[in-house]
Amino acid sequence: MLSRYDQYRKLKSACMSGLAVLCAVLVVLPLILVLFYLLKMGVSSLNWNFFTKLPEPAGVEGGGMANAIVGTLELMGLALVMGVPIGLLGGIYLSEYGTGKINAWIRFGADVLNGVPSIVWGLIGFTLVVAPMGGYSAFSGGLVLACIMIPLVLRTTEEVLVLVPTSYREAGMALGIPRWKITFNIVLRTAAKGIVTGVLLALGRIAGETAPLLFTALGTTLWNTNLREPIAALPLQIYNYAISPYPDQNRQAWAGALVLILLVFLLSASVRILSVRRKKN
Amino acid sequence: MNSVITNQPFVMSDTAKPAAEPAPVHPTAPTPAPASTSATPAPKQEIAFDIQDLSIFYGSHQAVKNVSMLIPAGSVTAIIGPSGCGKSTALRALNRMHELTPGARHTGKILMKGQDLYGPGIDATVVRRRVGMIFQKSNPFPTLSIAENVLVGLRLNGVKDKAFLSKRLEESLRMAALWDEVKDHLNRPGTGLSGGQQQRLCIARALAVRPEILLMDEPCSALDPIATAKVEELIHSLKSQYTVVIVTHNMQQAARVSEKTAFFYMGKLIEYAPTEQIFMNPKDPQTEAYVSGRFG
Repeated sequence: MLSRYDQYRKLKSACMSGLAVLCAVLVVLPLILVLFYLLKMGVSSLNWNFFTKLPEPAGVEGGGMANAIVGTLELMGLALVMGVPIGLLGGIYLSEYGTGKINAWIRFGADVLNGVPSIVWGLIGFTLVVAPMGGYSAFSGGLVLACIMIPLVLRTTEEVLVLVPTSYREAGMALGIPRWKITFNIVLRTAAKGIVTGVLLALGRIAGETAPLLFTALGTTLWNTNLREPIAALPLQIYNYAISPYPDQNRQAWAGALVLILLVFLLSASVRILSVRRKKN
Repeated sequence: MNSVITNQPFVMSDTAKPAAEPAPVHPTAPTPAPASTSATPAPKQEIAFDIQDLSIFYGSHQAVKNVSMLIPAGSVTAIIGPSGCGKSTALRALNRMHELTPGARHTGKILMKGQDLYGPGIDATVVRRRVGMIFQKSNPFPTLSIAENVLVGLRLNGVKDKAFLSKRLEESLRMAALWDEVKDHLNRPGTGLSGGQQQRLCIARALAVRPEILLMDEPCSALDPIATAKVEELIHSLKSQYTVVIVTHNMQQAARVSEKTAFFYMGKLIEYAPTEQIFMNPKDPQTEAYVSGRFG
């Protein structure tokens, strides 16, 4: 028979374990509720039309969000092309070439940029790009999303590069390889998976950004053929349809939200798959 | 082959043996170290390094104090001493690797085959192509295969000729006594080998760029005795073609592989003499105390 103290200890331990499990459930619960509700409300509107047709005028059946889906992918591509090189090179500088005070200031700047509300980015994009260019455009949307991506990519790149052991750099130097070649061919290559992970995470973040696109890409009901023209995007289309008085469009908004969540889910899953492969190596 | 250190692009030499230049013996007086100087080298023996009054500082801490010595070419020179005596620091100065540590600076001169290693206009990268280094812990690049590891020094310096590269690959792996063990799986990752094999891979990688001098910083300290024996055999076979400077805190190893040995203590060069003399008949009492194991 256990002593009074041991009984009390076991009870307390059980209570704390139970509390921890409860907290874990509480954390996962919103995610499950959201996914469940989205599926319930949106899956009925997912049909062939949804993925292939352009939006129809209000009240007309059979429209879709094809241009919004493609538009989101296009904007993500633009942001990738414009944001990743800058973030990558900045991360390389912080890890390989920068020292002390300059690094501290750059990191501080990146953290501040990270905290800029996305609507502020939208306004900046409007003032600095849309107004001078004379119109809303896919380019300005991509640019603003790139600006959101840059601090994320910079920080994750730096973190991953710093983890590459110094001995590899020394081995490269001892072979008489020029420094920049060591950085790009050896160090970067060793850290490649981590950098890709960081980029995918950043893409997941910008996939759902709505506010910046309100003032830059604007949205459209047509296909985009020119980067200087407005472009549709899932978050924009969801917004427009959600506030519309027509039930058919509301249903399509749910479907759009579902597709968006699936996109973000795919990106996160790729991150997990890559990480697991890294551990296996 | 021109032995002038210039900023010329990397020059490929097809010969397995670096050309031995009949450079004149350096005309300075014997080293002024208080301990006994080396027995005079044979009159025509080339000098690989002429170290003149070298001191190395890390910030305000002086790690190497006024070291002067002549390291002969075409032989193995060992540097021994207890931990923290400055031997690794001095070794790294020979291919300008100590510059990679922030706050490191030096005074004094190092001449390699007559040229000032730190002279104005001398590119450290070119120096390091001529003076290779093997580190204490083997560090093959993890994302490259065995073959790619060996050839990385050549490829990243612009050498593209496939026939030349595959010939150099086989030569280097043979010199490192690794060819027979890996010739059937050259595409496996470099990190998939055992510790001793990895270190020999690093040696093959360093040899592939055909440096004139090979610096080894305690290359066997992380290896088991069998792997150590293989690496020592390797050093013996390299002796005729390369100059090797090896830092080791294993005295028996120094006795086994080297022709001359330098004993460092607290940053100073205490005694520098032919290996037999250091171990059988040391002139300085501190040397005698160290080699007989009274401290270390």
